[in-house]
Amino acid sequence: MEKRADTFNRVAELIEPFNKKGVSLSDATTFATDLEWDSLTVMDFVASIEDEFDIIITMNMQAEIENVGQLVDTVISVQDN
Amino acid sequence: MTDLFSKFDPLIQQREDLLSTGIKDPFSLVMEKVISPTVALCNGKETILLGTYNYMGMTFDPDVLAAGKKALDEFGAGTTGSRVLNGTYSPHRDCEEALKEFYGMDHAMVFSTGYQANLGIISTMASKEDYIILDIDSHASIYDGCALGNAQIVPFRHNDIDALEKRLKRLPPEAGKLVVLEGVYSMLGDIAPLKEMITIAKAHGAMVLVDEAHSMGFIGPKGRGVAEDQGVLDQVDFVIGTFSKSVGTVGGFCVSNHPKFEVLRLVCRPYVFTASLPPSVVATAATSIRKLMHAGDKRAHLWENSRKLHKGLKDLGFQLGTETPQSAIISVIMPDLERGAAMWEALLDRGVYVNLARPPATPAGMTLLRCSLCAEHSSEQVDDIIGRFKAAGAAAGVLG
Repeated sequence: MEKRADTFNRVAELIEPFNKKGVSLSDATTFATDLEWDSLTVMDFVASIEDEFDIIITMNMQAEIENVGQLVDTVISVQDN
Repeated sequence: MTDLFSKFDPLIQQREDLLSTGIKDPFSLVMEKVISPTVALCNGKETILLGTYNYMGMTFDPDVLAAGKKALDEFGAGTTGSRVLNGTYSPHRDCEEALKEFYGMDHAMVFSTGYQANLGIISTMASKEDYIILDIDSHASIYDGCALGNAQIVPFRHNDIDALEKRLKRLPPEAGKLVVLEGVYSMLGDIAPLKEMITIAKAHGAMVLVDEAHSMGFIGPKGRGVAEDQGVLDQVDFVIGTFSKSVGTVGGFCVSNHPKFEVLRLVCRPYVFTASLPPSVVATAATSIRKLMHAGDKRAHLWENSRKLHKGLKDLGFQLGTETPQSAIISVIMPDLERGAAMWEALLDRGVYVNLARPPATPAGMTLLRCSLCAEHSSEQVDDIIGRFKAAGAAAGVLG
């Protein structure tokens, strides 16, 4: 569980520069509705996640990710593979 | 019952809002008469065409027209069949020969449109376990080819060499990889650093596909495109192109030196399951392509036109898509869709047609007036265009 909490915190840190409305973050926070991100913001954010964790999040994976919790789980599963 | 069209309501509303301001619909222009590659009658008014991608002005070339008429008489109006069944006539083969001569490559495959060439080649080559690494600003036909093929899609920031390299490094070394690039990106008219990108792609064991739709006939010493211009055409595995720009008709193609290339004719669904191009179309294309091999003077004049328009618009104070002219596309960035549409209409009222481009086709949510020059535009026409931009910019409130 420690790894998940740690990953969540690192993801949350990367969200902050794009969190213009200061939304408080939980697993259930959605990128499109709660954070109101457009496709450009998503692209910049995904690039920063990829660099931080040294992974690739393909567009196929991105299509399945709607909230912060799903992103954290994806980051962990991609790292484990 | 759920109306499946409800999802289009925001777009319908946006369009109604725009038209309710009294503006002409920028997406339903009709040309009543086409006088030349650079002039048409629109709404009864003689209009300079500055948004047709007719870069080399081949649409009315007498040799091209004669070849089309001859094929029409000799082979009829259409093939009524697939290339792999009854739809390959000798003009189709000759057109593929012309492409092989033009690019100096071993294989050429003609599709019914450029869109289908990307759709077919990309979807057929890369399947679920393969990776396609593409520029985020790639054309819709590239994205649709990816979607049709189920490959793993890895986008990278537009024209960013480091972003491409980082992603290639993170992919499994043994996985199949296709790097997809464009020579000229049509929205802003900027070119790609193909030399650097292709070197990196090859170092990571990727195959490379370059879409040269907007550079064929014009860029490069022999008009083969940006890869030729940067000296790396021999490292490109697949070149995708179109007949609907410099060639002056319609159709798409892929050329390659891959020894197994011909198998694609059997497995590429957008090639197999559609009718082939009419014989008159491929005959005009073949004639045009062979003439483009020797069109150095026209290329030089088109560059002059591009430089002149770029400088003229920049001097007037318009914000352009590129700092320097890089292709025959000069893209003028509008502050928003409303003023973009107003400027588009003001130009049309003054007898200049340009493309209005808006999201989602454009990068970064921009509204653009895309100007594409033609080798048949005279110097005087370009002067005229600059003058009319000045007047339209003032009328539409775009120029301060």
